Amino acid sequence: MTLNVKERRNKTGTVLVATGEINSETSGALLQALLPLVREGKPLKIDLTAVTYVSSAGLRTLLVVYREAQHAGVAVTLYGVSEEVRFVMSATGFLDFFETGEAAAAAAKAKAKAAR
Amino acid sequence: MSESQSEQVLRVDAYPTHEVGGYRVRAGKPFPFGANVVPGGVSFSVFSDQATSMTLVIYKRGEPEPMAELQFPEEFRTGSVFAMTVFGLDHENIEYGYRADGPYDPVTGHRFDARQVLSDPYARLIAGRDVWGVEPDRSRGYQYRSRVCLQDFDWGDDTPLGIPAEDLVVYETHVRGFTRHPSSGVTAPGTFAGLREKIPYLKELGVNCIELLPVFEFDESDNPRSNPETGEKLFDYWGYNTISFFAPKAGYAATGRYGMQGDEFRTLIKDLHAAGIEVILDVVFNHTAEGNEQGPTISFKGLDNATYYMLTPEGYYFNFSGTGNTVNCNHPVVRNYVLDCLRHWVADYHIDGFRFDLAAILGRALDGTPLPNPPLLELLAFDPVLRHTKLIAEAWDAGGLYEVGNFPAYGRWAEWNGKYRDTVRSFLKGDPGVTGELATRIAGSPDLYSSRGTSASVNFLTAHDGFTLADLVSYNDKHNEANGEGNNDGGNDNASWNCGAEGPTDDPEVSALRLRQMKNALAILFTSQGIPMLLAGDEVARTQQGNNNTYCQDNELSWFDWDQVDDNAELLRFTREMIEFRKHHRELRSTAHPTGQVRENGLPDISWHGERAWQPDWSAESRLLAVARCGAGDDDVVYVAMNSHWESHDLELPALPGGRSWHLFADTGAEAPYDIRTPGTEQELDNAGKYLIGPRSVVILVGRTNDPEML
Repeated sequence: MTLNVKERRNKTGTVLVATGEINSETSGALLQALLPLVREGKPLKIDLTAVTYVSSAGLRTLLVVYREAQHAGVAVTLYGVSEEVRFVMSATGFLDFFETGEAAAAAAKAKAKAAR
Repeated sequence: MSESQSEQVLRVDAYPTHEVGGYRVRAGKPFPFGANVVPGGVSFSVFSDQATSMTLVIYKRGEPEPMAELQFPEEFRTGSVFAMTVFGLDHENIEYGYRADGPYDPVTGHRFDARQVLSDPYARLIAGRDVWGVEPDRSRGYQYRSRVCLQDFDWGDDTPLGIPAEDLVVYETHVRGFTRHPSSGVTAPGTFAGLREKIPYLKELGVNCIELLPVFEFDESDNPRSNPETGEKLFDYWGYNTISFFAPKAGYAATGRYGMQGDEFRTLIKDLHAAGIEVILDVVFNHTAEGNEQGPTISFKGLDNATYYMLTPEGYYFNFSGTGNTVNCNHPVVRNYVLDCLRHWVADYHIDGFRFDLAAILGRALDGTPLPNPPLLELLAFDPVLRHTKLIAEAWDAGGLYEVGNFPAYGRWAEWNGKYRDTVRSFLKGDPGVTGELATRIAGSPDLYSSRGTSASVNFLTAHDGFTLADLVSYNDKHNEANGEGNNDGGNDNASWNCGAEGPTDDPEVSALRLRQMKNALAILFTSQGIPMLLAGDEVARTQQGNNNTYCQDNELSWFDWDQVDDNAELLRFTREMIEFRKHHRELRSTAHPTGQVRENGLPDISWHGERAWQPDWSAESRLLAVARCGAGDDDVVYVAMNSHWESHDLELPALPGGRSWHLFADTGAEAPYDIRTPGTEQELDNAGKYLIGPRSVVILVGRTNDPEML
């Protein structure tokens, strides 16, 4: 199984769209694609809508990216996490580390509500 | 360049030196044992004293046939350790094992068979039983497959809680049974993740430690029996038949099919710690799943039978465990194995303590005789990594060695106090001649632990092995027919009493008495000195329908029925308040045994009473005992009157010093909600000097001042 990655840049930062499986075979390439984007210092979104499976090694790679981003002071958000992947991430504790799109949207909403 | 990139260092040992079977390899490092990811490859290290050759067998994940068989070159052997680094392996997608060649001569203890692929005793993950209850493909030659895993969990700031032993309230539970029932309402029933969702319940209950039945990989399908009444397959539900001592059970993880059981279990532990709850593992080093001469060869038997098992001079297995084989715990190599295993669980899983199944075996010599100074027990007591973990012995074994009160403790070991269980049970059912021993037990068993303090005593009335609390008051006899052993399994000495009807009843009087007896048991347990242990579900009257040995019952007999949380809310409330009460009163948790020493307020640390204050009745026919405790630093007094007599008695209460008066905390003879109060809101007694204790009841009073300044 392969993994395709595409970058999309906009005013607010970069979106990396991944398609396929993130596992020990494909996570090296993903890391190579993500680390330079982290180093650019702009907010980074990782779109996982078309990712069907994230293995143990894949989750570890995402966490490495998160740690690198934290070190560089860059915000990383995961988007489009499928129900299955979200379940695995939740059960194994990885979800606690990440900002996910849905959660980020809810936080923004709450903030807006509080401001009113 | 980022920090992590700059840290990349080229290493000499990242380059292969040899080629074996088409794979680039080099000599590995003998330590640590097991499979460890190193730069460019995986280092494999395995011990066998008598093997003449060793072969590493590698499978692509899930494939029936190996992708490689790599014999260790002779120069890769250091002492009796075979170590090799194999380069270019995708560690996530391989499974591995060993073929050990050597003599097959059972009389001298050797059972080498190079046709067998063996699990690595140090495997940190096992594949093959990834989802609970899925029927395995038994035609496969290699069932329990070792896997490589990274030790890189992000613990954040999690550290061991270090709750003082005397402050513990232990809750014994089963990972699967706690949330498997359809009523649990969790996302992943029967798993570590499911248990994690129930942390709020545990917190609200007030326990601060959970003790988990075995979580090391075992094969739930290794029970050949079926239920004679229904024909349903029976399981190895409890899991005391360990397959692999370093690997968490995949079938207990919602993510076991992805090989992420380690992360899932660690996440549970991390969250339990965040909630102030410690984790103790029930560990089984007395035997393994390999059984006796007829049992399967899984790992130890084929790697070094004569080292790992106690053998008779004829080469048969000693059986002090009652299960076929006995681990040779005090062999120097096996001692280190046990130590490495426990260090692994403390260092890599942040486990807070261990309860050792049939721990008396850990004190036996290589020939089975009990050692006066067992090196393994001493080693564990003083190990730097284990230094602050709780060590609890089940201080007996199936070979007749009974060491309760006498277990070699080295100032560290606590014990399951079987004598506490037996005495309190006997008192509760109303046996004569028990009050004297009851006094000893509730005061922390000074006869057993005089030099070790009260926290050497883990007090319990029920545990996984035996009746639940509800069944203890509902059955005179065990009812184990469903186990398929003709009701011959399980203990016969239960000291239980059915309160007038065997099993379920519509009789309101019997039901009311049973509820009261359960409250009595809990009231005594949580006001005794020593560490209280509660069996999961006893707080809501969980029943096993009279089965006192549900080791094979993966069904509603064993599972926690969450509907009972509402159905038995009265008992649950009673339990919660009792636990809270214990937290409020340091005198109940004192580590020192009471001596009768008079405190600042003029009362002794402990005093005994009967119907008349200061006059306990120690006669054989006495079924009434009251105890008053007054701790150092606590300004109040706790008075507990226990009446197992079928008649009520007028109690004369001891007079209280300086402005204090008696306040009622609990009376199990009273109707709810007046059976118990929230600590701090106890009701002052109208008649200061007297209290009528009902039949088969426990009354708890607090002697304190009404002056809020003094509270």
